[in-house]
Amino acid sequence: DTSLAEVNSFSPSMPISPSSMINQYKFEDGPELRDLFITVDDPESHITAIETFITYRVVTKTSRGEFDSSEYEVRRRYQDFLWLKSKLEEAHPTLIIPPLPEKFIMKGMVERFSDEFIETRRKALHKFLNRIADHPTLTFNEDFKIFLTAQAWELSSHKKQGPGLLSRMGQTVRAVASSVRGAVKNRPEVFTEMNDYMETFSQKINLLDKIAHRIYKEERDYFNEMKEYGPIHTLWSASEEDVADSLKGVASCIDRCCKATEKRMAGLSENLLPILHEYVLYSEILMGVLKRRDQIQGELDSKVDALANKKTEKDLFSEEIGKLEDKLERANNALKVDWDRWKQNMQCDMRSTFTNVAENNLRYYEECLATWESFLASQTVDLHVEEDSEDRP
Amino acid sequence: MEDCLAKKMEITVSEAEKRTGRNAMNIQETYTAYLIETRAVEPQSEGQCAPVDSLWRRYSEFELLRNYLSVTYPHIVVPPLPEKRADFVWHKLSADNMDPDFVERRRIGLENFLLRVASHPVLCQDKIFYSFLTQEGGWKEMVNETGFQLKADSRLKALNATFRVKNPDKRFTELKHYSDELQSVISHLLRVRARVADRLYGVYKVHGNYGRVFSEWSAIEKEMGDGLQSAGHHMDVYAASIDDILEEEEHYADQLKEYLFYAEALRAVCRKHELMQYDLEMAAQDLTSKKQQCEELATGTVRTFSLKGMTSKLFGQETPEQREAKIKVLEEQIQEGEEQLKSKNLEGRDFVKSAWADIERFKEQKNHDLKEALISYAVMQISMCKKGIQVWTNAKECFSKM
Repeated sequence: DTSLAEVNSFSPSMPISPSSMINQYKFEDGPELRDLFITVDDPESHITAIETFITYRVVTKTSRGEFDSSEYEVRRRYQDFLWLKSKLEEAHPTLIIPPLPEKFIMKGMVERFSDEFIETRRKALHKFLNRIADHPTLTFNEDFKIFLTAQAWELSSHKKQGPGLLSRMGQTVRAVASSVRGAVKNRPEVFTEMNDYMETFSQKINLLDKIAHRIYKEERDYFNEMKEYGPIHTLWSASEEDVADSLKGVASCIDRCCKATEKRMAGLSENLLPILHEYVLYSEILMGVLKRRDQIQGELDSKVDALANKKTEKDLFSEEIGKLEDKLERANNALKVDWDRWKQNMQCDMRSTFTNVAENNLRYYEECLATWESFLASQTVDLHVEEDSEDRP
Repeated sequence: MEDCLAKKMEITVSEAEKRTGRNAMNIQETYTAYLIETRAVEPQSEGQCAPVDSLWRRYSEFELLRNYLSVTYPHIVVPPLPEKRADFVWHKLSADNMDPDFVERRRIGLENFLLRVASHPVLCQDKIFYSFLTQEGGWKEMVNETGFQLKADSRLKALNATFRVKNPDKRFTELKHYSDELQSVISHLLRVRARVADRLYGVYKVHGNYGRVFSEWSAIEKEMGDGLQSAGHHMDVYAASIDDILEEEEHYADQLKEYLFYAEALRAVCRKHELMQYDLEMAAQDLTSKKQQCEELATGTVRTFSLKGMTSKLFGQETPEQREAKIKVLEEQIQEGEEQLKSKNLEGRDFVKSAWADIERFKEQKNHDLKEALISYAVMQISMCKKGIQVWTNAKECFSKM
């Protein structure tokens, strides 16, 4: 079983079969279907006259025919990921594009280029690309392929070919305008349900995110006090003779429980906090997807309304409306399928994350229990030894 | 402990009651009264139980009793009373003397005090103590009639007064040093424990927030709903469990506090010895100087400077009759002084002997009690861990069914 660490450290020239990497990733669509493996690692700092930025190494291994080679190694910066995300949204407006880590989070009070920040971001970028790879539609997106395979200059020139910023802005303005124009009135029931669901889900996931952060903070404060608690017993043992061993025993128990608390905290920050954060982002993404669907609906509805008022050019309009109807149907179906897929994944993620939280806490309590039980055993052994020595002449 | 009162009599402080009354200044006040119940432990025939006697006492009467015992038995490490005001509190705990939890813990502390005194080989035989337990009316007057306040040395209360003892007893110096260390380390421990309790409370209570959100979330989920809902319930149980856990820990803190206050009692004995030693040295010094004065007058030589000597040089020698008179007075004083010194020495040796016996008894008691307290702390931690394991096992099951 090759470990993730091994994969990250060897050079791409050494061949490794994709099938041997099957056990490393969480599979959403079944292990037999996986033919694209991506890792994000090795952050590097780049300093130019204008700016400082970080690039990450993106290694891709694949057995797909559409790829010229079976292995690629490229370096990408955060901007490139943003570009990819916007291209995917453009191409698939009603598909659920995975969340990207935010540009810069102030609330954590983490330094912009601190190791902690970079590592958190790296993990999130890794997840982002893998979720795209696992998506039945997005995985075959052309921009995705270019992102994974193009050298830096190739990517730059490709990026410039897309629709300009202005036209994208124009789309946004039209989108906002049309969404106001009562796209809601013809909305199929299923999408209204989705909207209602997302509103509540978004609220609850944000609350859970806050609660989880509170718990982390409280555990850290508890840890800080515990650090001082054990040593006092050791200090006390210095002025006692008979009770010294018991005091030292208690001190060592407290210290071990302190370490166990540290592990519990690490479990939270490595598992629960990132997942909840991702789903906070997902809830925003989903609201956006639902809006975009409404926009497409709005486009159709406004054209239909316009047709009703026009006496001439009816044929032209009918053709346009036909196209829009197709577009809407494709968008609706794509969303429905992706929604079900997202819900299943969400359920799976929540189940495994919270189960992991429970396991984490169980490990903590079991470790503390063992520590104190062994101390207790040592104390009762002493008592028995004392009793025995009294019996002997 | 063979003949101590505790073996012959069951003593409990069974109830606490709020009372209002008028104090010595005729001002109305609220206070708590405690019910002391006593019952003779004697071999009774089947089914027969000795009758229970009871009377009410308030904290200030306990204080009076303890002051009396401390003054009357200065060589004994007198058991301490539970604290007058709530100290080392963490935020949830009340610092109010009228708070029912504080009153309850004080009731237990007062009972513990009485049991300590009743099982002490010397103190349990004291008549005032016995009357405290059995005689409701007129007890205060009885105590005051002993005149113990007159014996109380005000110098003992002056904590910062230093006595330059020339030949300190090494054992008592070490003991005083130990009692200082004990006091310092237990205070520190209690302070940190209170902070740890506060933080632990925070961790548990925050988990309670999960319950409500899970419940609201479960309303929109079809498959995950049940798992979320029941997991939320377990989170509520988890959050609520900390209250009992920390309440139990307060009793452990009270056990440590007793020894914090015992350290003071220990120091009081050391100080008493120090004072006795100082008085002894002063008396010896006084006797030596008087003897010297006498010698000088008798032989006419002035070995040491004295103002009297100077004035007599200035204003003329005194008559032989005057000198004789002075010598007579001094000789009487010297004789008195020697007798006093002898009895002080004897007093001192007796004090050291009986004090040291009680200190050894105290040391054994302390070692035993502290060990037990630490064991009971471990037992509490184990219980807390087991509860945690149960809750999170249940929660894990619910989560895995989501």
